Amino acid sequence: MNEAIGTIYTETVIYSATEAFAAEVPYQTAIVTLDAGGRVTGRILGERVRIDERVARVETRDGVPFFRKIA
Amino acid sequence: MRSVAVVGIGKTPFGAFPGRDLRSLAVEAGEKCFKNAHAAPAQVDAFFLGNFAGPSFAGQNHLAPYVSTALGIHGVPSTRVEAACASSGSAFFHAYTGVASGVYDLVLVVGAEKMTSQPTPRVTEILAGAGDCAGEIKAGSTFASLFAMIARRHMFQFGTTREHLAAVAVKNHANGALNPDAQMRKVITMEQAMNGKPIADPLNLYDCSLISDGAAAVLIAPFERAGEFTDKPVRVLGISQASDFVALDQKPDITTFPAVRRAAGKAYQMAGVGPADIQLAELHDCFTIAEIIAIEDLGFAPRGEGGPFTLEGHTARTGDKPINTSGGLKSKGHPVGATGVAQICDLVLQMRCEAGERQVPRHSLSLAQNLGGSGATCVVTILGTI
Repeated sequence: MNEAIGTIYTETVIYSATEAFAAEVPYQTAIVTLDAGGRVTGRILGERVRIDERVARVETRDGVPFFRKIA
Repeated sequence: MRSVAVVGIGKTPFGAFPGRDLRSLAVEAGEKCFKNAHAAPAQVDAFFLGNFAGPSFAGQNHLAPYVSTALGIHGVPSTRVEAACASSGSAFFHAYTGVASGVYDLVLVVGAEKMTSQPTPRVTEILAGAGDCAGEIKAGSTFASLFAMIARRHMFQFGTTREHLAAVAVKNHANGALNPDAQMRKVITMEQAMNGKPIADPLNLYDCSLISDGAAAVLIAPFERAGEFTDKPVRVLGISQASDFVALDQKPDITTFPAVRRAAGKAYQMAGVGPADIQLAELHDCFTIAEIIAIEDLGFAPRGEGGPFTLEGHTARTGDKPINTSGGLKSKGHPVGATGVAQICDLVLQMRCEAGERQVPRHSLSLAQNLGGSGATCVVTILGTI
């Protein structure tokens, strides 16, 4: 089972952020249910995703997983 | 266990007060409370302070004796309790256990927070400290975004709408407009509440509680001694605190808060009452979706029905289950460490028939629900004059 693949459990687009992320707004975060089990909070790159859509982890920055929508 | 009563209340107005520091706000609330109960600082057996982030907001630690000595309370145990936005609800719970068990007689509980000394992005960052800093916060989450994700999932599972969220804000602002101590005494329309500046989709500015300065205080005593302080004692019939995961992504289902259900279940059992018996409530509307879920978790409406229950007017001041007649965190203000005790103060005002224009006709059995973080702490208190 691919540990980098999962399904969007919930998501949001953030317009008002903490100091550390203020330069990046708007950006999307999501809780992803991994195929391998468990959930993780990560960032979404590229196209906006919705609940139940499938995503793949494309990179990890400082421990934070970044996902992208897959068909 | 002994029966415990609230015998005095005191509050500062909530708002942005540039010239005031944390201690002066806490002292004002405490002094008003002593006056209200015809009591003196020397009579107090213990002091509890509910405060979330004084060290971060104001650069001051060791806050409990810092405040209690300024109030003229000397020598007795003086303890700060931190449980995010449930800090003073938790302080109240621990004060209650001390009096009910017979360790103390008279205990003063103050909740206080000074937030407006920092710019909004810094406030957002300090508040984020109540989340999982190694996980969700590191990924860029804010508290608004955590509740936005809760709202998104609740909408997906139950069909909750933007209109349902807006109805909470409109209702709480209508109540706050009648509260002289509220921060935002302003009626808002559904159209405004539906179209506010986006904060974290689907939540906009009108879904979010305020950044506030303020303090609130209550004095509690064994019920048998209540007559020494007031002719309108309010009895604590049931109270419980419960806990859960801090990180949202560790919860199996984010559309319900197990800590709320657990605390409520125990408090109802202790009081010998059920949700249908509660005549009015102060609920933790840090975000509009939080009030909708609290309505469901407390059993006022079935799961998924909190939105329609609100839109139908049941929770309005004139409805059959008035919620947040004070204006709630949304309109009254949310100095986070003060909120739990302020909820008790607002219920006691109603139960003493001293709530002025916002007085409701049925006020003998009430409930306060104070939530910390995204549901990791919850305190539920049931008060009665019956």
